[in-house]
Amino acid sequence: MLTLAKDSTKPDAAVAMGLYSPEKPRLSGVARTKRLNQTDTAKRMMWVAHVTAIRDNEDREAFAELFAHFAPRVKSFLMKSGTSPDMAEECAQDVMATLWRKAAMFDPAKASVSTWIFTIARNRRIDILRKERRPEPEELPWGPEAEPNQEDALALQQETSKLGAALAELPEKQRMLIEKAYFGDLSHSEIAEQTGLPLGTIKSRIRLALERLRHVMK
Amino acid sequence: MQMTDIKHHLTDALLMGYAAGTLPEAFNLVVATHISMCDDCRAALAEFDAVGGEVMMGADSAEMAEDSLTATLNKIANAPAATKVRAQSSGLFPTPLQDYVQGDVDAVKWRKIGGGVSQAILPTSKGATVRLLHIPAGTAVPDHGHRGTELTLVLQGAFVDETDRFGAGDVEVANEDLNHTPVAEAGMDCICLAATDAPLKFNGFLPRMVQRFVGI
Ligand SMILES: [Zn+2]
Repeated sequence: MLTLAKDSTKPDAAVAMGLYSPEKPRLSGVARTKRLNQTDTAKRMMWVAHVTAIRDNEDREAFAELFAHFAPRVKSFLMKSGTSPDMAEECAQDVMATLWRKAAMFDPAKASVSTWIFTIARNRRIDILRKERRPEPEELPWGPEAEPNQEDALALQQETSKLGAALAELPEKQRMLIEKAYFGDLSHSEIAEQTGLPLGTIKSRIRLALERLRHVMK
Repeated sequence: MQMTDIKHHLTDALLMGYAAGTLPEAFNLVVATHISMCDDCRAALAEFDAVGGEVMMGADSAEMAEDSLTATLNKIANAPAATKVRAQSSGLFPTPLQDYVQGDVDAVKWRKIGGGVSQAILPTSKGATVRLLHIPAGTAVPDHGHRGTELTLVLQGAFVDETDRFGAGDVEVANEDLNHTPVAEAGMDCICLAATDAPLKFNGFLPRMVQRFVGI
């Protein structure tokens, strides 16, 4: 956590993000990261509330906002994975429609809305590009409480905020490989072919990236 | 279905591949079945899924069609209600595996492949194959090496090879460097789910003949 924050307190980057101006006393790395995470966590909790509003009240306004924020990302993700723009549009709509229909199954103590939407989009991609079934793990038995615990939900959303920040701060080369691994519908050896990097280098860069991310998640 | 004393888990590469959706279907089945039995790997997968979500949100966005939201609301109005979450398996096989077998262990159509060992190949897309193996207690699976990656998940009983002991829930990830002779432990027949992305090569003449006939 500390080491990552230190890496990211380059004045120019912080000014660009509007985090401090030279006149104001500069926030320490830890305080700055904390503040960033608070805003990001608050946003995540807001999206959670949107999904709950769809579940409880079929709230179209909440859906429209979710759509505006997430659908363009889903479409872009599908296009980067080799789907044509028309197909990506169609699938992004399907993914968002699934969000509505499955709103009651979303558990904010287990996933951020972004994580959940990603898994829906990924499964849709396997469906259309590979025309394959996707075996999913057995569901865990439901706990005693029907409504997920607010505290657990907050903790999970906070952790995902940290993860997002850590990912953004990864060295360029490591982040690029992680993105390729998720976007490209490529195995590690296919990435090796495409980038011309030796497989060992790719594996060790991804491993390094994962170690960094884990360090932050602790 | 959760097991408490699993010692051999999925690798990061497999978990990440499963989260990214880049593994062949046969491997996905082994991964999903192991995760059904293993809370540690379930938690690790949640993290890899989260990485996927953050990668997706961190990239640029594409422009949506003009009537995109309306079209989506129409889809919602016409779509059937979402199906409920499935009940947990009460048999030996976790639910993802039951989907492929179309039942539990008593529904498997075993075929003998020699040495007392039986197998049942499960239908998946090309690129990798997955099969159930039934190895009588105390019996060895012919010594074999690998051209690709082989995942072996123990569902019942245990086997021992040159590297370690693998009990129920354990998964062995073998690559081409490993030449091993798994032997089912005495006491209970061993049932495994094994996936490979290349044909197995058996060392020795007789198993090679068998291989030609059973197509593994
Ligand atoms: Zn595990």
